[in-house]
Amino acid sequence: MDHRTATPDNPWLALRTLTPARIALGRAGTSLPTGAQLDFQFAHAQARDAVHLPFDHAGLTAQLTERGRDSLVVHSAASDRDQYLQRPDLGRRLNEDSIAALRQHAEANPGGVDLAIVVADGLSALAVHRHTLPFLTRFEEQAAADGWTSAPVVLVEQGRVAVADEVGELLGARMTVMLIGERPGLSSPDSLGLYFTYAPRVGLTDAYRNCISNVRLEGLSYGMAAHRLLYLMREACRRQLSGVNLKDEAEVHSLDSDTPASQKGNFLLGKE
Amino acid sequence: MASFVHTVGHLVYRFDSLKDVMAKASPARSGDFLAGVAASNDGERVAAQMALANIPLTHFLNEALIPYEADEVTRLIIDTHDAQAFAPVSHLTVGGLRDWLLSEEADEDSLRALAPGLTPEMAAAVSKIMRVQDLILVAQKIRVVTRFRGTMGLRGRLSTRLQPNHPTDEPAGIAASILDGLLYGNGDAMIGINPATDSIASICALLEMLDAIIQRYDIPTQACVLTHVTTSIEAINRGVPLDLVFQSIAGTEAANAGFGINLNVLQEGYEAGLSLKRGTLGQNLMYFETGQGSALSANAHHGVDQQTCETRAYAVARHFKPFLVNTVVGFIGPEYLYNGKQIIRAGLEDHFCGKLLGVPMGCDICYTNHAEADQDDMDTLLTLLGVAGINFIMGIPGSDDIMLNYQTTSFHDALYARQTLGLKPGPEFEAWLARTGIFTQADGRVRFGENLPPAFRQALAQLA
Repeated sequence: MDHRTATPDNPWLALRTLTPARIALGRAGTSLPTGAQLDFQFAHAQARDAVHLPFDHAGLTAQLTERGRDSLVVHSAASDRDQYLQRPDLGRRLNEDSIAALRQHAEANPGGVDLAIVVADGLSALAVHRHTLPFLTRFEEQAAADGWTSAPVVLVEQGRVAVADEVGELLGARMTVMLIGERPGLSSPDSLGLYFTYAPRVGLTDAYRNCISNVRLEGLSYGMAAHRLLYLMREACRRQLSGVNLKDEAEVHSLDSDTPASQKGNFLLGKE
Repeated sequence: MASFVHTVGHLVYRFDSLKDVMAKASPARSGDFLAGVAASNDGERVAAQMALANIPLTHFLNEALIPYEADEVTRLIIDTHDAQAFAPVSHLTVGGLRDWLLSEEADEDSLRALAPGLTPEMAAAVSKIMRVQDLILVAQKIRVVTRFRGTMGLRGRLSTRLQPNHPTDEPAGIAASILDGLLYGNGDAMIGINPATDSIASICALLEMLDAIIQRYDIPTQACVLTHVTTSIEAINRGVPLDLVFQSIAGTEAANAGFGINLNVLQEGYEAGLSLKRGTLGQNLMYFETGQGSALSANAHHGVDQQTCETRAYAVARHFKPFLVNTVVGFIGPEYLYNGKQIIRAGLEDHFCGKLLGVPMGCDICYTNHAEADQDDMDTLLTLLGVAGINFIMGIPGSDDIMLNYQTTSFHDALYARQTLGLKPGPEFEAWLARTGIFTQADGRVRFGENLPPAFRQALAQLA
C-alpha cells in the first residue's frame, strides 16, 4: 500500500516495460487511482488543444521567408473550426478568394511547375508548426539533385488532404506534396502526415495518393520520411502515376527481413 | 412512392417519400446534415416525427427505401420477413408500435417472438420517435443470448472484449495487456485483437498465440483477430485454430462492396467457422462491427439517413446468427456524430434497434480527439447502456488504444459498471475468476483475491 495515496501497489508493474499501453495502473477501490486519472486527462487535453490551436500561417511565412522561400496563404471553403470538423467536403476545396489568388499567380508565372508543396493545419496545427521547417530543410537537401522547379509553398487554413489537388491543378503542378497535421492521438498530439500526388486534379480519391504517416520526434524521423517520399516521387516521375499502384511496388522494395513479430515467444506462454 | 403531408395548426409540412420522412424525423446529427438529408429546422423535424408516427407498419413492406432490384440487403430483408411473427403488431402504426413496446404486453417472450417480424426500417422508425428513456426501457426487456465457449447476454450479466492492441503486434506487449485485463476480470466476451499488420502470416501467428493462452490458462473465452473475412477463411484453410470470424458490415450492398464483401462471402466465412466445431456450448461464431456513418462515408447511402442505414446492417448480422455485434459508435468522427450528445443517443439507438431485431448487441463506447466528447460522456453512455442491458463493451488498458488512436472503455470502467449496477461477467467466466482467485462478486461488490493467481505469478516470474 502506498501510504500517501491509499492505492494498492500493482504487483505486475514489471509488465510496463513490454508495451506503451496504460497497463498496471493500480486501483482505488475498483476505479482508476488519482495519478493515472489525471495523467489521462492531461493527455486528452493536449490532444484537444492541438485540434483547436489556430494555424499560425504568419509565423510560418516568416520562417519560410528567412529561408528564402516564397509562400502564399489561402483558405479552404470551411469558414471556421466547427464547420471544418463537420463538413469534410468544404475542407477539401478552396474558397473563392483563394481560387482567384492562385489563378492570378499561375497567370503571372505561366508554364507550370514540377512541384507544389502545400501545408495545411488539418487536425493539428501543432504538428505543422513544429515539423514543417525542419522537414522541408531535410527534404530539399535530399531533392537538390533532382532539379525540380517549385511553386511558392502554399499554406492552407482549415484544409484537408484533398485540397492539395485543387492547389496543384490551379498552379499547373506536375506533383503535389501535402504536409498536414494528423488526428492527434492521446500520446501524439503533433504527428505530421505527408501525402503525395502525381498529376493532381480536383476529384481524385485517396487511391491516387501515397501517404507517409507519423512524422514526429517519437515516430518517423525527418530524414527517413524525406527518403521514402523521394523514392515515391522518383518512381512516380518514371511511371507517371501515384497511389495504390505505385505503393504496392514501393512496399515490395522496402520489405526487409519481415518475420512476423508474433512468432517470437512471450512470457504468458513461457519457453517451450 | 408515397408522399406524406402533415399539418400542425396552420403549418403544412410535405415529405417526398418514406425515406424523406425517416431522414427528417431523425434526431439531429452531423452525418445527416453532411448528406443533405436532415430536417432544415427543429419544427420540420418534429413534424416529420408526427408524420412518421401515423404511418402504418404495413407500409414498410410496400415501400422499400432502397430498391429491391438494386440492393441485396433490401432483398434479404424482404425475403426473410416473417409475416406470422409480424401478425401481433401488423395493425399498428409506428406510433402505435411505440406504445405497444412500452406496454406490459411487450415482455421478454413476446419481444423475442416479434423480432423476425420486424424489418430494420420499422425498428429505425420507431426509435426516431422514442426518447432516451424509451430506448432503455424497451431494450432492457429484451435478452439475446448466444453461446460459443461462454454464454453472452443473460440478464444481470455484462461481458467485456479484452482488446490488447499493440502498434506493432509485438507478442510480449499484447500478452502484457491481456494479463492486465484478465487480472481486472475482463475478457469473457473475447480476447479480440485489431492487428497492425494484415499479412496472413502475422494473422495466423496471432491466432496461434491466443489459442495457446486460452488453452494454457483454461480460460472460458473465445479468441478473435479482426481481419477481413477472406483472410479468416484462408487461416482456417491453413488449419489455424480460429474461434470467431470477424467482419465489418454495413446496411447497403454498395457499402458492403466497399468493405470487399457481400452476403455470399459472409456465408462462406460462417460455414468455414462452423466447420471447425470449436464452440463447446454453442456455435454462434460470427463477430460483426458496424457504426452509423459507414454507408455515407462509402458514398453508398442512397439518400437514406445514417441511423436507418445502420439498422439495416443488423439485418445482415442476424442472418448469420452472430455471437456478438458491436456498434463502434464514436470511432468514425465528428462529421457523422459531432459531440457527446449525438454519440450517446446513437449508441442507445443502435443497442435498442439491434436488440429489437434479435441481435446480440454490444457497443464500443468511444470517441476520437477531434470529437466534442470526453470521458464524462463515455461514463454517461456506459451507465445508460448498462441499465439498458447491453451484452458487452470493450475493455482496454486505461481507455487508451495505442494502435487505433482512440479512446474506449477501460478495464476499470467495466468494474465501475459491475459495482454500480450489480452486473456480473458471463457465468463460465465468473466461475473461472473465482477459481483462479482473481475476484468474486456478491451483491454487486467486487472482492479481489489477496494474491496473484499462482499460474500468472509463475509467468511474471519469468520476466524477473
